[in-house]
Amino acid sequence: MNIMKFRPLFYLISLSLLTVSIFSIVKWGFVKGIDFVGGTVWELKVPNLKNSDPIQKIFDTEKIQLSSVTAEGDNKYLLKFANINQDQKVALDNSIKTIDKDFQELRFETLGPSLGKELLQKTIYAIILSSIALLLFIGSRFKDLTFGASAVLAMFHDSIILVGAFSLLGHFLGAEVDALFVTALLTTLSASVHDTVVTFDRIRELKRTSYNLSWVEMANQAVSEVIVRSINNSMTVIFMLLALVLLGGDTTRWFALALLIGVVCGTYSSTGVAIPLVLLWKRNKK
Amino acid sequence: MTSPNIAKTKRIFWTIIGLTFLTIIINLPNQLPINIHLANFNWNHTFYRPNLNFKLGSATITKNFDLKYGLDLAGGASLIYDIDTTKLNKSDLTSALDALKSNIERRVNLFGVSEANVQLSKQADKYRLVIELPGVTDINQAISLIGQTAQLTFKGVVDLPPEATASAKIEDYFKDTGLTGSNLVRAAAQISPNTSEPEVSLEFDNEGTKLFAKATKEFLNKKIAIFLDDQIVSAPVVQVEIIDGKAVINGSFDLQTAKTLAAQLNAGALPLPIKLIQQTQVGATLGKESIDKGIKAGIVGLVVVSIFMIGNYGYLGFISVIGLIIYGLITLSLYRLIPVTLTFPGIVGFILSIGMAVDSNILIFERMREEIRKGKAWNQAMELGFGRAWDSIKDANACTIITGLILFNPLNWPFLNTSGMVRGFAITLILGIAIGIFTGVFVTRNLLRVLARGKNNI
Repeated sequence: MNIMKFRPLFYLISLSLLTVSIFSIVKWGFVKGIDFVGGTVWELKVPNLKNSDPIQKIFDTEKIQLSSVTAEGDNKYLLKFANINQDQKVALDNSIKTIDKDFQELRFETLGPSLGKELLQKTIYAIILSSIALLLFIGSRFKDLTFGASAVLAMFHDSIILVGAFSLLGHFLGAEVDALFVTALLTTLSASVHDTVVTFDRIRELKRTSYNLSWVEMANQAVSEVIVRSINNSMTVIFMLLALVLLGGDTTRWFALALLIGVVCGTYSSTGVAIPLVLLWKRNKK
Repeated sequence: MTSPNIAKTKRIFWTIIGLTFLTIIINLPNQLPINIHLANFNWNHTFYRPNLNFKLGSATITKNFDLKYGLDLAGGASLIYDIDTTKLNKSDLTSALDALKSNIERRVNLFGVSEANVQLSKQADKYRLVIELPGVTDINQAISLIGQTAQLTFKGVVDLPPEATASAKIEDYFKDTGLTGSNLVRAAAQISPNTSEPEVSLEFDNEGTKLFAKATKEFLNKKIAIFLDDQIVSAPVVQVEIIDGKAVINGSFDLQTAKTLAAQLNAGALPLPIKLIQQTQVGATLGKESIDKGIKAGIVGLVVVSIFMIGNYGYLGFISVIGLIIYGLITLSLYRLIPVTLTFPGIVGFILSIGMAVDSNILIFERMREEIRKGKAWNQAMELGFGRAWDSIKDANACTIITGLILFNPLNWPFLNTSGMVRGFAITLILGIAIGIFTGVFVTRNLLRVLARGKNNI
């Protein structure tokens, strides 16, 4: 199977995905969750309440700007607003008690903006640290730093596309970027490399056993040997994630979707990005 | 490795079976009532999951196998405070932070929460206080209790006549002196010039001096108890009447406890100002829902993956599904044994790891097919498949573990994440990968050696 002759197509796919991602990130940015910008999420069940108007009125009286109210059915409401202090919380509690003294607080979360900056910083540090660690690890396992560098570049490719996808999803469907998204992003890093290493391993083996093959020939043979495995493996992970998307709640759904995009990207990029990059480096060598 | 020793393989096989039963027992529900009704035969019995409880020399080892749930699943409140350390000398920092922590711990204990957790964390040059209160539903009350000003009071210890002790309440033993923390000018830890022992010196304001003189006169040769938040900190015996408003508390202090007490007394409030920056409250019902959803998703996913594997690899797939079930049992057992506190991202990590656990099997089975296509005999192809796939399994999973470790941040590096959510995910991912390699390679290989000996087709 001469998959490597499709390299121009892979370049085209990757470059357009990257372009769209970067365009969206620059143009639309993200819908940032409270983990990043601070703010409050309040989920409550008010049995006596038929619609959310009285809640709106309470917030008007307390002079707190409600940024969104979602009725989740079953008399549950999800409110989002700015970061509030303790006195304001007590006042809100008391006002809602006047509507229904038996209201139930399902979830209340408020945090200041300072934590968000830290989260971003820590994510970037984690990505840098992972990249260096993986670059060195793969480089040493394959006794060739070009392998490490290609795997890490493919990993960046996947991360940018995932981040871009969430910028688009945020712009059109309101998907939020939060601490869970960061976790999904970091998992994508490892899933992407996992796949790449399996393919590289075949090249390593071929280099040992078949001296007369060129790099392109080795790449072709390696890819055709592992492609069934790659697809099957991605399928099983995708099944598990689909189960999560279908059954989980709102927060899980985006989390699982992020992982899903990451896994699909990771499978594609081992063949479509990592190997062509190695070939690019080795093009003058036999 | 191509011709494995049959006796050894059988031993390993039975060890695996034994291990599986052990993990089944660990994962049994706490109580398992069984009722059998057959015509005239009735049999009712409730099985209890055995918990570890045995003596080893002088040490007693007890361990129960309950799954631990994090705040997001069990319900409860978590609070994060910024600690303002700007007004403090570097040298006093450690003792002030310790005093703050023990102060808060005392207040949290007043709240009567079991398994409350108070932690200091350092972010760059900022200090934070993280408080977790499982099961607490009234977060407002918790916040006001934690943020309150500590009450320092001095009370004389009254000798009650013997006939009154039977009916006496605790309050009857103490007489308020009217002296409070607001009368204290400063407290300091020092080494006593007389005894060379650490002690805490107190200095009162004018009104406090008068009150203290009166109290020391009244309770000469008796005890005056010092209360902080209604708990006795110390109850020194008054040795002389003190009229200059200066006192020392001595007792069995070491320098550290003396410093801590001084810091607590100085504060009146907390030794360091704190500011609430994050509060999270999860109701128990929401947590229960999340657990149910996670279990449902796990089962659905597992069934689909099983169908896929059996459909694709037939008998081999069936064995790998058995391996997968053993994988699930071992993982859950380890969660119970370590114990791993399960959070929602943790459950997601577990479900994801089930998908990844079959990866080694897919790698191996594809390798086997290749070898069979090359004309190798089934048994030989199997051993070759496992052997050849091992290199890539090893390296690929090592990469995932590297990322997992960076997420988990075992050394608590301040520049990396320390949040419970991300860590909960990372720990289940790391455990999943490690156990996945064990079941996917070691367990399925030995199962296949025993169960599929002599088979010649896939």
